[in-house]
Amino acid sequence: MSPNLTLVLIGAILVGAGVYLLLERSLTRILIGVLLASNGVSVLFLVASGPANGAPIIDVTPAGQMSDPLPQAMVLTAIVITLAVTAYLLTLAYRSFQLNGHDEVADDVEDAAIRELAGLDRGQDDDDDDSEVPDEVGRGSADEEGARVSGLDDRDPQVQPDARARARADARSERGADA
Amino acid sequence: MNNLVPLPVLLPLIGAALALALNRHPRAQRAVSTTVMTAVVVVAGVLMYAVDRSGPIVLWVGAWPQPLGIALVADRLSVLMLVVSCAVTLVVLVFSLNADKAERQRETPVSIFHPTLLVLSAGVSNAFLAGDLFNLFVGFEMLLFASYVLLTLGGTRERVRAGSTYVVVSLLSSTLFLIALVAVYAAVGTVNMAQLAVRLPDLPGDVQLVLQLLLLTVFSIKAAVFPMSAWLPDSYPTAPAPVTAVFAGLLTKVGVYAIIRTQTVLFPDRHLTALLLWAALATMVVGILGAVAQSEIKRMLSFTLVSHIGYMIFGVGLATTAGYAGAIFYIVHHITIQTTLFLVTGLIEVRGGSTSLNKLGGLAAASPVLGVLFFVPAMNLAGIPPLSGFVGKVGLLQAGVQHGGFLASLLVGGGVLTSLLTLYAMAKVWNRAFWRPVSEETDELEMVAGEQGAEGAAAEDGYDGESVAPRRMPVGLVLTAGVLVTLGVGLTVVAGPLYGYTGRAAADVLDGARYVRAVLPVGLR
Repeated sequence: MSPNLTLVLIGAILVGAGVYLLLERSLTRILIGVLLASNGVSVLFLVASGPANGAPIIDVTPAGQMSDPLPQAMVLTAIVITLAVTAYLLTLAYRSFQLNGHDEVADDVEDAAIRELAGLDRGQDDDDDDSEVPDEVGRGSADEEGARVSGLDDRDPQVQPDARARARADARSERGADA
Repeated sequence: MNNLVPLPVLLPLIGAALALALNRHPRAQRAVSTTVMTAVVVVAGVLMYAVDRSGPIVLWVGAWPQPLGIALVADRLSVLMLVVSCAVTLVVLVFSLNADKAERQRETPVSIFHPTLLVLSAGVSNAFLAGDLFNLFVGFEMLLFASYVLLTLGGTRERVRAGSTYVVVSLLSSTLFLIALVAVYAAVGTVNMAQLAVRLPDLPGDVQLVLQLLLLTVFSIKAAVFPMSAWLPDSYPTAPAPVTAVFAGLLTKVGVYAIIRTQTVLFPDRHLTALLLWAALATMVVGILGAVAQSEIKRMLSFTLVSHIGYMIFGVGLATTAGYAGAIFYIVHHITIQTTLFLVTGLIEVRGGSTSLNKLGGLAAASPVLGVLFFVPAMNLAGIPPLSGFVGKVGLLQAGVQHGGFLASLLVGGGVLTSLLTLYAMAKVWNRAFWRPVSEETDELEMVAGEQGAEGAAAEDGYDGESVAPRRMPVGLVLTAGVLVTLGVGLTVVAGPLYGYTGRAAADVLDGARYVRAVLPVGLR
């Protein structure tokens, strides 16, 4: 069996575009990416099933001229699963929109907190100026991410002078709000 | 006897439908799900006995002419996995029943929790019994879908965030799995594993390698092997305690099981030892270093979960009977212990009001029972003799030494190091949550957190979240956790027979021809 080049190319382009969209942060784009990728894979199943032939029904098509029905059964299963995935992802995106006003996947708060702690340790090792360090770390990447995650942009950074306490408190208040 | 094989898949599915129909009658629903899971455990036990005595049991579903239908295969490895996973699911189910009412309403809305957990169990059983790659895919999808729902129960902001990562990674791995299926089918025209075992060796070597690497990548994502493990600690810790417990116990092990099948049935002659051993080493060391850095118990446990997957991959990579025997034993041990630890962490959350090491303190004095419940499985995880973690690790290290060579020796060293660092991580939890007196500093931090927490909570969904005051632990929860801890200790007591059994299972899986003989009729071998 020689594979159909057009179908292979279509499948590859769809999967490629899908993976590109999967790398986005917005859940809606991820959803479209998933749809494209799974359609691409369905096309690949057609490649695997070989050239199109008669309907695979006994007494309608002679055995030698039937299409291979098995890949079609698998594609059907895959399509059903994709339908469920679509429904679930849409719900997730909508819920995310309800909660945050956008549907972007945020960074992990605990990660940010631990990164901040690590930054603090490094700061204390090679820098004695205490007032500088928390500011630097606090205004740096971790704080931005924290703000992005929490959406609590109005939080006053002056409330906690100690960045270490703030990092922990941030993480905890997040979980406190959400658990 | 053959007709028992599909029951571990069918019963939970029927139970899930019933439980969903009964969602307005919580008591009836709980009765249904508990009965169903108990029945499944019994069936799995009977299957294990029968398979160990008289060899693999195969059922061609629907009695189509072989090899056209879908085969369900119960051999020593799959029934062992079945028994352990169903037993653990049952205990977690009972645990969740005993949570007090407020907790249950907050954490696990009963109307969907039970049906979903049953579907998850059906998916896991289906994956273990599948004699067909596509059926394995379907099993994976069932359990993944159930896990999406369980992970985002309640739909709070943190869970939606964690769920998004998890869902996207799982979807990517499912897409890859489908591509692997396409490639396999295009190459050999079948997805039945026994037939694949017959036909794959005829392919050119490089095509075989591509297929094998594709499948291994897919299963490594599910099993959280190192380069593909980042999603796990990110997504597990936010879910309710019973959910995380089931996930930690079962989901990654299904991936490991699939890796074992790929390596033994489909590609028995390509061990890829070097690749797997390096992956195992990286998984162990990176995972445990991550665990040491954490200050939140659930996250720390998630990292140890990743780390200890490395031990199993170590055993698989060695590709010797001793290696597989150790790996299979370790899977059994790890399912039990990791589930126990996550459940006990749930108890810590009830008793201490938090799972953060910065907030907890003085638990040993406040609740000695909780101390024992945590200490025993923690030491078990770290591999302190005579507990089962020690037995499993020694088995694997022995297999490594037997195998010999630079890499295997390196892995033995890495295994010991990981074990020690696990002990360090567990000691950190013990010292800070249990032995540390409740200090001034803690209180101050707590006040700060409380202030912020209150603001956040008021703004959000109305959940009171972590400002939940420390409470007494419901007796039922303690008892259930106690049962699981005892089961973990019991693994030591039955370690001899169990290790004998895993040895026989390892000999079975290493003999790929045996699998083919059991599944395929004479003409097709």
